[in-house]
Amino acid sequence: MLKHTPLVTQHQNMGAKLVDFGGWSMPLHYGSQMEEHHHVRRQAGMFDVSHMTVVDMQGKEAKAYLHYLLANDVDKLNAPGKALYTAMLNEQGGVLDDLIVYRLPWGYRLVVNCATREKDLAWMQKQVGGFDVEIRARDDLAIIAVQGPEARSKADAVLADYQLPACTNLSSFSAAEAGDFFVARTGYTGEDGYEVILPATQAGDFWERLAEEGVEACGLGARDTLRLEAGLNLYGHEMDETVSPWVANMGWTLALEGDRVFIGKDALLAQKKAGLKETLVGLILEGKGVLRAGQTVHVNGKQGIVTSGSFSPTLGKSIALARVPSDIAEHCQVEIRNKLLNARVQAPCFVRRGKVL
Amino acid sequence: MSELREELKYLSSHEWARLEDDGTVTIGITDHAQAALGDVVYVEVPEVGSTVTMGEEAGVVESVKAASDIFSPVSGEVIAVNEQLEDAPETVNNSPYDDGWFFKVQPDNVQELENAMDAEAYKAQIDE
Repeated sequence: MLKHTPLVTQHQNMGAKLVDFGGWSMPLHYGSQMEEHHHVRRQAGMFDVSHMTVVDMQGKEAKAYLHYLLANDVDKLNAPGKALYTAMLNEQGGVLDDLIVYRLPWGYRLVVNCATREKDLAWMQKQVGGFDVEIRARDDLAIIAVQGPEARSKADAVLADYQLPACTNLSSFSAAEAGDFFVARTGYTGEDGYEVILPATQAGDFWERLAEEGVEACGLGARDTLRLEAGLNLYGHEMDETVSPWVANMGWTLALEGDRVFIGKDALLAQKKAGLKETLVGLILEGKGVLRAGQTVHVNGKQGIVTSGSFSPTLGKSIALARVPSDIAEHCQVEIRNKLLNARVQAPCFVRRGKVL
Repeated sequence: MSELREELKYLSSHEWARLEDDGTVTIGITDHAQAALGDVVYVEVPEVGSTVTMGEEAGVVESVKAASDIFSPVSGEVIAVNEQLEDAPETVNNSPYDDGWFFKVQPDNVQELENAMDAEAYKAQIDE
């Protein structure tokens, strides 16, 4: 039996093609994944991401606990409302999950992936030890991401007057509580916008009013091509428990300075000292075809692997993220159906704020 | 509801074949297949002059979502390919039975088409 989000009725009414996504019935698209993708780059689209898990943490030692649990340092959250992207590592320095942590007046809010939910919650509980912290999964909440150059103005038109003052001046990568809503200026598309966490009981109404405002419903298909163009990692593809954050373009999230002790720190330092043999890069296929996860990348007689690949609607070409030998130069070859096709190597980011990089 | 055409023959792998008046066979993918694939972004067809074999791979169609092999419903020589698909692969979505055809074959034995399903049998398969 698949789990449903609070928006299942809206998805059905809007003609969504629903698919099994990690045990949840989720919209893949509502007609054309390509059009939904373009709509987010050019105007505004909305995504139901209520399958992700919101975890609230409160208690006198919540901060000390997160210092130990996370590879990035919550001390960087220098005011309530600030957000931080971080890995949660195992002792071997492998990535258990990637997540966003928000600091709020009453504690911290984490948003973790859907497929890793049970594993994450068990791990978090296991690490509590003597820390005075209460961990609570918020299954009473829904998450709607509104993304695109017109996303914030359209969402502001739907938010109630009393909610607006908290939201209109949000800086990038920060959040505010606005009544029952939690509004964050974050996202997973490379565009401006909000991720709104709200009571499940109010999700349908908010979704329908966004649609009336001209925000296009978008499925997880477009979400994937948008995040790929933006060069954003997807757990289980660019990294997992067997992949170090060093080789998943996450080095910038590792706060190693000082004497803070966190899970995986010793392993990270040892990995760096031993030297990193691989790196995550972006690939653009020069010929015709489509790069896909799992294809082999050939570099100077050595091999790498495509971690995510698809057709880029914005570039009109196939693009990919790939974990490859560190000595890769500007070109490589990818094996597609027993043929070697040329690909150009670039930084793992293709499109930001509607512009091709 | 996906469109079906009475005059066509169908494979369980969602290709259609049309026997033309001149005895050649035109091959494409069904409306049901294009809808399931979603936005088609790349089509690989066999080269003109090459031979294809009934039931074997003859090309590939890729959507944003996935790659799918194309199987030939007949054996024979490829006499034409739809060059429009190279620059406009979305034609497969917009016109799967007409402008979105993939390739034409001069069949070795046109009787091979009798192995394929008629519209009614194919409809029963996709309705399952």
